[in-house]
Amino acid sequence: MTTRYARTPKPSGSTFELLSWFYMRASGALLALMVVFHLVWMHYVIGLNNINFDVIAGRWTGPGGIFWRSYDLTLLILASLHGMNGIRFVTDDYIHNRGWRALVKALIALVLLLMVVFGGLVIFTFNG
Amino acid sequence: MSANPKKGFVSSTLSYKGGIGHWSWILHRLGGLGIAFFLILHILDIFMVGVSKSAFEDLLFIYHEPLLRPVIWALVFGVFYHALNGLRIIIQDFWPHMFRYQKQLATTVWVIVIVLTVFLVGVDIVGMMA
Repeated sequence: MTTRYARTPKPSGSTFELLSWFYMRASGALLALMVVFHLVWMHYVIGLNNINFDVIAGRWTGPGGIFWRSYDLTLLILASLHGMNGIRFVTDDYIHNRGWRALVKALIALVLLLMVVFGGLVIFTFNG
Repeated sequence: MSANPKKGFVSSTLSYKGGIGHWSWILHRLGGLGIAFFLILHILDIFMVGVSKSAFEDLLFIYHEPLLRPVIWALVFGVFYHALNGLRIIIQDFWPHMFRYQKQLATTVWVIVIVLTVFLVGVDIVGMMA
């Protein structure tokens, strides 16, 4: 049996923070593989100096186009949410004024939305 | 909040004697912030691919400019560190008995990250000289 002490905060009833904790680990494990692959592929297999418009266009419209668009979209969504949720943790640690914290979190949510919209738009609509 | 309110934020963060786990925490956080800001920039530069060929190619100096290469190397190091240290956190969180080996795991992360970064930056430097 677990002992509850008088001053222990009661569980809030929301699973949001638990899900957030789990998301950081699940997406983190996947991102560790996918981002390292993306970085090594672009930097060393293609080569930084060879990156140009035609390389990106060819990647999205060539025979592997569906694969690369799916890969890039998965990275975009996983990484944007992981990154903005991480910044949310930092604001919780250092911004103690309720009003400022709410404002900064609203900005983080807006930036997240813009990242997914702008990134998703180009991945979905690019046609050469 | 800083550990000791009488000291400044930076000095109390740096003087906290948490050992290698403390340094890992600082670097994981700084690296994460750096990667997140690069991600925003990266989404914008790739968005330009959809705007026009010249709009995108105007931004290619980020990846082509040799003077900016050290920034890219910092990013490479940051990504490797955040990825490997993140895997260490996952191992410790899901298999709590591994906390017993926290120092060894943190040292292992450093060794792998340094080897990978030195190798990849070395490949870059050799390529730039050739």
